Amino acid sequence: MYAIRQWSVRHARGLNAFYRGFEALLTRFHRVFAAIGYERVERPVAFVEKHVKGLLFDCKMCGQCVLSSTGMSCPMNCPKTLRNGPCGGVRANGHCEVKPEMKCVWVEAYRGSGRIPGGIEAMTQTQFAVDQRQQGRSSWLRVVREKSGVK
Amino acid sequence: MRFEDEPVPGYPLPILPGHTSPGRLERVLRAGAFAVTTELAPPDSADPDEVYARARVFDGYVDAINATDGSGANCHMSSLAVCALLTRIGYAPVMQISCRDKNRIAIQGDVLGGAAMGVCNMLCLTGDGVQAGDHPQAKPVFDLDCVSLLEIARTLRDEHKFQSGRKISFAPRVFLGAAENPSALPHEWRARRLAKKIAAGAQFIQTQYCYDLGILRAFMRQVEDLGLEGKVFILAGVGPLRSAKTADWMRKNVPGMHVPDALIERLAGAKDQAREGREICVELIQQAREIPGIHGVHVMAYRQEESVAEIVDRSGVLRGRVPWYPARDANQSINRTTT
Repeated sequence: MYAIRQWSVRHARGLNAFYRGFEALLTRFHRVFAAIGYERVERPVAFVEKHVKGLLFDCKMCGQCVLSSTGMSCPMNCPKTLRNGPCGGVRANGHCEVKPEMKCVWVEAYRGSGRIPGGIEAMTQTQFAVDQRQQGRSSWLRVVREKSGVK
Repeated sequence: MRFEDEPVPGYPLPILPGHTSPGRLERVLRAGAFAVTTELAPPDSADPDEVYARARVFDGYVDAINATDGSGANCHMSSLAVCALLTRIGYAPVMQISCRDKNRIAIQGDVLGGAAMGVCNMLCLTGDGVQAGDHPQAKPVFDLDCVSLLEIARTLRDEHKFQSGRKISFAPRVFLGAAENPSALPHEWRARRLAKKIAAGAQFIQTQYCYDLGILRAFMRQVEDLGLEGKVFILAGVGPLRSAKTADWMRKNVPGMHVPDALIERLAGAKDQAREGREICVELIQQAREIPGIHGVHVMAYRQEESVAEIVDRSGVLRGRVPWYPARDANQSINRTTT
């Protein structure tokens, strides 16, 4: 929902801090996930992730979440799905070229990033093109797997 | 500027030390000259002569010609085909690549294909949204964005491999460019975005229209503050405004376009508005040349292409230099005064 999405950007700092804690907690469950099997927990975790992040960020489940580098403004809501910053078409009022009624996702991202310590620097990191195969899969589990050194 | 080894159509020039392409645009910029580029609107036609006729109006006044890739999300002849036609007779095109219509498989194929056809310059763009054009019912692709496109093109050139990691046997020898719009929000972010593009592989930048040089100067100061000077060649985007009415329409309807009120008032007060528009463009070019870090201008004169030669001539920025064009060296009678 658009209003909640904007609330999330306003509270980027708190949400980012919360996510850091949540990620650390989730990483502790690596052994549990590994014992059950990552593929078997994929569906329920993705289900929860989809609904929680869907509510907060209008998450599109790209499977390669970069919210911490985009001030909690999901770049997949950009009609051009830009992952590296705003296009040149941002309107004078900061709204989107394609959807004039919506604020530019990246103008929001810049605002949100300013609230997260190190957020602006994170935004300057190049994001590579999305892997379309990850669509619909859990970003949380992917992070846990990577942090635990599992492919 | 005349190089001792001017092109024979169909035969590539050698690559000079420190260059990544055999192209003239890179040579002119690295030689320290003030470069002039322009834009060719590809025809709604399958007739190659229309492409040549549109290129000919720039003869002797531009270092490279951009072939737009479905600009404004409208259907036209493809930029790859326009470039292939232009290189056949020795022109130096800049192949625009937009992420709107093709995925990474098609785009990487075009980079190889364009380079094989003698294209030395490629401009990596995100592209306008489909809603802006004549086929709003089309599927927008945007598999890549301009930064990931630059990264992929640079990997093809420097690491000789596709994004998949698969090797290619002969790398495209290209000079890579990107666009930037200093006038669009968030202003404070624009120079950082430029830094991202440079890191991803951009060697030259053609900006969107800059009618407010105050904004361009502020942008260039940020570029300097971020230590980006000397890492990229920046060509300021300029163009003649036809009338106060069109200028007002453009700033309201062309996303990211900023035209100050003072300019519109000046146009409205002129007897011949089109002429005043060209005069403003000449002044903008002359003033842009004075801004530190600006290495050239990109003159976009949509539907007024025939005015580019006059505008560039009057601005004096070529300083007597006659950029190469197919009949230049046969036509020794050209004797332009140096300004």
